Amino acid sequence: MALVVYFSLAASGFANPRSAVFVLQSVAITGILALGVTTTLVVGGFDLSIGAVATTSLMLAAYCMVVLEQPAYVAVAVCLLMGAFIGLINGLLIVKFRIPDLLATLGMMFLLIGLQRIPTQGNSIATGMSLADGSTAEGTFSAAFLWLGRHRFDLILERLIPVPVVVFVLIAVAIWLFLGFTRHGRLMYAIGSNERATALVGAPVERYKIAAYMISGVTASIGGILLAARLGRGDIASGNNLLLDSVAAALIGFAVLGAARPNAFGTAMGALFVGILLQGMTMMNAPYYTQDFVKGAVLVVALMFTFYLSSRRGQSGRH
Amino acid sequence: MQASVLDIQGIHKSFGNNQVLRGIDMRINAGEVVVLMGANGAGKSTLVKVLSGYHAADHGQMQLAGKPYSPRDAREAIHQGVVTVHQSIDDGVIPDLDVANNLMLDRLTSGAHGLWVSAKKLRQQASEVADAMGLDIDLNARVADLSVADRQMISIARAMAHAPRLLILDEPTSSLSATEAERLFTVIDRLRAQGVAIVYISHRMSDIRRLADRIICLRDGQISGVFDQAPLDLTAAVHAMLGQAINNADIEPATPGAPILTLHNVELAKGAAPVSLSVGDGEVVAFTGLLGSGMSALVETLFGLRPLSSGTMQVDGQPYAPGNVREALARGVFMSVKDRATNGVIGDFNIADNMTLPFLKAFTRGAFLSARQQRASTEQMIAQLGIVCQSHADSIGTLSGGNQQKVMIGRWLQSPSRVLLLDEPFQGVDIGARQDIGRHIRATAKGRATLVFVSELDEAIEIADRIIVLHEGAIAGEQSNRDIDLNALVAQASGKA
Repeated sequence: MALVVYFSLAASGFANPRSAVFVLQSVAITGILALGVTTTLVVGGFDLSIGAVATTSLMLAAYCMVVLEQPAYVAVAVCLLMGAFIGLINGLLIVKFRIPDLLATLGMMFLLIGLQRIPTQGNSIATGMSLADGSTAEGTFSAAFLWLGRHRFDLILERLIPVPVVVFVLIAVAIWLFLGFTRHGRLMYAIGSNERATALVGAPVERYKIAAYMISGVTASIGGILLAARLGRGDIASGNNLLLDSVAAALIGFAVLGAARPNAFGTAMGALFVGILLQGMTMMNAPYYTQDFVKGAVLVVALMFTFYLSSRRGQSGRH
Repeated sequence: MQASVLDIQGIHKSFGNNQVLRGIDMRINAGEVVVLMGANGAGKSTLVKVLSGYHAADHGQMQLAGKPYSPRDAREAIHQGVVTVHQSIDDGVIPDLDVANNLMLDRLTSGAHGLWVSAKKLRQQASEVADAMGLDIDLNARVADLSVADRQMISIARAMAHAPRLLILDEPTSSLSATEAERLFTVIDRLRAQGVAIVYISHRMSDIRRLADRIICLRDGQISGVFDQAPLDLTAAVHAMLGQAINNADIEPATPGAPILTLHNVELAKGAAPVSLSVGDGEVVAFTGLLGSGMSALVETLFGLRPLSSGTMQVDGQPYAPGNVREALARGVFMSVKDRATNGVIGDFNIADNMTLPFLKAFTRGAFLSARQQRASTEQMIAQLGIVCQSHADSIGTLSGGNQQKVMIGRWLQSPSRVLLLDEPFQGVDIGARQDIGRHIRATAKGRATLVFVSELDEAIEIADRIIVLHEGAIAGEQSNRDIDLNALVAQASGKA
């Protein structure tokens, strides 16, 4: 990672644990979503609805606590169920109704973006907000819920590692093990490469595809919960960049270690890479509006690298 | 001495460390059909790709009609009159366009064509092309709705529209029935009379016997034999191609043990006489028949891909009516499917992962796959079937067709089965690999019933204890594989018996 060295030299203060943790924190939520997309990419699909699932989860968590006055664990459970349910619907649309994955999840994205605004008449949710009938919302974000977004574990330095980073690392390891080292993961890769052949060796292809979208839905809802806990309010505009950033991370992940296929380790690295790049640029006073351009450029270069290499590999194999 | 169309000298081509062509010299004359023979991996396809401009040769010269020829890409090759019809048909046609557009596709891509497409003119030109080939297809039909044979004829017709000097046909009959192939041969005869030079690649002996003026054998990237004395000595050509004698599989038909698979009154096609048969322990039965003979209906019914229409099936005396592949597998009915590229091979996986795919559960320790056990099982199969590769971790795409097929079949030999179905196990497989596969299937036949489905009779004779001929959904004939009456089998398959 020449990038780390470069920024360490160029921007004083870049190379210290706090800065590193800041990068991790900034990529944790995107990274979690990206891991979900990776799972759908593995089975040869694509999930465009993750950003919308995350913001829906964010709004739902806020709604549960602030308006319905439920405790934190109920809010978390409801969000996770919602994520799994949306994943199930996505999967069924794709598998049973044979809608192409991009279109099915695009439709779902629109649906959710609209749906999450209906209960609040398009407003954000905050403690003490006034409701439609004129009364004031009594509920609050409980301390336990906010802990999810704001607590920091001690590691060498006091209050160093935030909870979302821990969650990100745990999910990354879990998905990495699942995809790379279990028979289910192996069959999912097989489906992505040749669905027909995999069905003909007796694998339940439809169930695996639905499972992939459910995993994606759940990880996206986890991302939304963590975001809600960090913000402490249900902000409808907060999830705007999530989709593009996480898809970019997953696609950049293709190029890591020359794998040329979706993989959890690559996705985590891709998310970190983008995070480091942006952090470094910020510390060198690059203006914020250049960020998307840089992300786009990184993505295009990574894709060129991946597909050019894999096409060359494919060619030399055939003779 | 006839005019030479193509002269090539000292062509070399390698991919990385892999030397595929190691000095090819040949000369192809006008009005001559040269058959190129070679085992899989001998370099035929690469040579074709060099000729047709897909690859550039590393060394060597080519001359086309006396002028230096070194096409930079496929388009340039076509412009100079070297036209190739590739092996995989679907590379040659656009399924969503109609026949007329497909026939005129190259005309549309040429710069000489104006911006606007006149439907009337296009159709008129297309029908000229079709007439010249003796094609009888509705020009307005969508290509996706046509049979494989018709698509093949379209890509050949399109090649002909260029008025080629050299026409290269890469296994054009691999998916054609006998009558369709004969149609193609008539066209080839006509072209030969017109003075077109033709390079014809095939594994099928009947094609070669029918067409060849000259046979050139390739082996390990070099020319290992040229045969041009009539009558052509095919046995010697096969020797030159394989570098070894083919021992005509002398099969001693085994006495079958207790019946494992029995079918009673199963109807394979509407209105056809129902099929009843029984296959015993240790027996290898080959089914053969033409397109539409009911072979695919039988295969699909046995493997749970289509419901049992009528009658009953039994495996080990228990009723058997699988509703899907998983139910079939659960009863120990395994199948190596045909068309491995679409139905079998996982292109992104290496040999070990491809091999162990159906039985991943058996390779799981705790929650995780054991790479060590996958490797052990794969290496055992590589040794048993003689798969030519560097290691079990090679990507499946680096293997030649025959070796890929060995992996596909090895898949289902790792675990004991009750009934093993092999659908076209020799598709696109050279004779050497075919014998390896056949020998291994016969050697391991004890303990299961083996059913082999092939469309070529000689393949059936090479592997089976018993041969059953299907015609229009019914059993047309059955012979034990001893002193086979070939003519009777051919007659039964074509429904003349």
